[in-house]
Amino acid sequence: MSITAKQITHIARLARLKTDSEHAVFYASQLSRIMDLVEQMNQINTDDIEPMSHPQDMALRLRADEITAPDQRAAYQAIAPATQDGFYLVPKVIE
Amino acid sequence: MMYEKTLSEHGAALRNRKYSSIELTQHYLDRIDRAAELNAFITVTHELALEQARHADRKLKNNQGTALTGIPVAHKDLFCTKGVLTTCGSKILGNFVSPYDATVVDKLNSQGMVSLGKTNMDEFAMGSSTETSYYGPVKNPWNPARVPGGSSGGSAAAVTAGLVPVATATDTGGSIRQPAAFCGLTGIKPSYGRVSRYGMVAFASSLDQAGVLARNAGDAALVLQSMSGFDPRDSTSLQLEIADYPGQLNDSISGKIIGLPKEFFGNGVDGDVADAIDQSIRQLQSMGARTVEVELPNSAVGIPCYYVIAPAEASSNLSRFDGVRYGFRAAGYADLNDMYEKTRAKGFGPEVQRRIMIGTYVLSSGYYDAYYLKAQKLRRMIADDFSRAFEQCDLIAGPTTPTTAFVFGEKNDDPVAMYLNDIFTNAANLAGLPAISIPAGFDRQKLPIGLHLIGKYLDESTILNVAHQFQNQTDWHLQTPVEIGQWRHD
Repeated sequence: MSITAKQITHIARLARLKTDSEHAVFYASQLSRIMDLVEQMNQINTDDIEPMSHPQDMALRLRADEITAPDQRAAYQAIAPATQDGFYLVPKVIE
Repeated sequence: MMYEKTLSEHGAALRNRKYSSIELTQHYLDRIDRAAELNAFITVTHELALEQARHADRKLKNNQGTALTGIPVAHKDLFCTKGVLTTCGSKILGNFVSPYDATVVDKLNSQGMVSLGKTNMDEFAMGSSTETSYYGPVKNPWNPARVPGGSSGGSAAAVTAGLVPVATATDTGGSIRQPAAFCGLTGIKPSYGRVSRYGMVAFASSLDQAGVLARNAGDAALVLQSMSGFDPRDSTSLQLEIADYPGQLNDSISGKIIGLPKEFFGNGVDGDVADAIDQSIRQLQSMGARTVEVELPNSAVGIPCYYVIAPAEASSNLSRFDGVRYGFRAAGYADLNDMYEKTRAKGFGPEVQRRIMIGTYVLSSGYYDAYYLKAQKLRRMIADDFSRAFEQCDLIAGPTTPTTAFVFGEKNDDPVAMYLNDIFTNAANLAGLPAISIPAGFDRQKLPIGLHLIGKYLDESTILNVAHQFQNQTDWHLQTPVEIGQWRHD
């Protein structure tokens, strides 16, 4: 199965990965090889098979709605690239 | 030699004051410094280790020590360690000092173990050679021209070279067992849900499981027992009593039935590896185990199935690395999207970007059913194959890997060739089963060979018991590479 450089550009945008035309060509050839491997799945008929998303077939556990974690905002923000007044700073998104 | 002792021997010596934890810790720290060429560690915490050792010595002096108090350990660099760098082998976490400890770290700390530092690994645990680490590849102590396996290559090389007596590791598709095989160690991945994933940087959440790289099954049993148990902070952690792994090591294996899947003994397995595995099976038979041929008919599609599910989960998990809350942020961006894209493109290495893109692709509109849903159906069939096989046997055996350790660069240009390393290991992750690799011989180049034992769900005890009994009758696990600095490079 062949993945084109144009598809790579689209996938990379979905995945928020900056790419240029040279990289897109490089990744297109590698991902095409990987998808050839993936295509081997089609050797096997999976009609009427229940999909398995997880090794544990069980419902997620619930817990009492109580506060269990202390406020650690200062500790968590100390390792952020940019903060101000307790907020995380990002480039302006609303004009 | 001090570094060849078992954890029980270290524990007894510490409790009897033959040597102190400070002396033991300093011994290993010196070895780490002398073996810097292996690149097994990303961070060595000299001072913190000595402080923990002093604390352990106080406990031991007051007879408050446990079996593990004062014994050094190293953590794979994807376990969060409070106040200590946790990079996950990536540039994007190159400055990440975790504000909290992973449950595994917390549990071993509370046993009084002394952490020597954080071991090198494939970036985000994506790799089978430790060559994708941003911090440089790890060398195999048996032959530094060869890879130690991966992704837990730093933990494996460190234990093999006697830089630490035991190390934590994680296994998503074989990342404990394949390096154990390549380095001649005992490496166990327990059943999914046994060990808390809290504080482990997530790769593929339905496959990831923490375990141990050790010199023998007894050591692995001791540490695994201390690591495992229910954790309310991990929603997939099982609410079960902790099994007595060390207590069951000495059971007789007479009458145990070992399933041999014909799919694990076919073409593609190197001749020396096949011979060593055959010989190991005969050894187990001579100890009273019986063998039966079983079938795992869908194992051929395990690799393609895995390389859809793991990247799909990874693409979702790794979306958290955005340059906003922690870690690296690229400089010079026009707007928010540009900041995300530049941060991620510069922060992630090529293998991680490949897997994020594969995962994004198989989950994207129009492809979900053909790839992701198809892989989930195959996952069910692979798990059902194991259930059927285990109706006939107590455990399953085969080679851990088709070959011994390969040379650097050999599979770097071809991701598919690298992925085939997991051919025998990743089915246990897909099905959530416990599995162990133990030393089973050497090839003609004196490179270790691993015997792979897969157990029933939640039955780590049987594979540890069989591994321990095998090690009572063989000496493969006692062999060590030449001393630090005398390595051959061919």
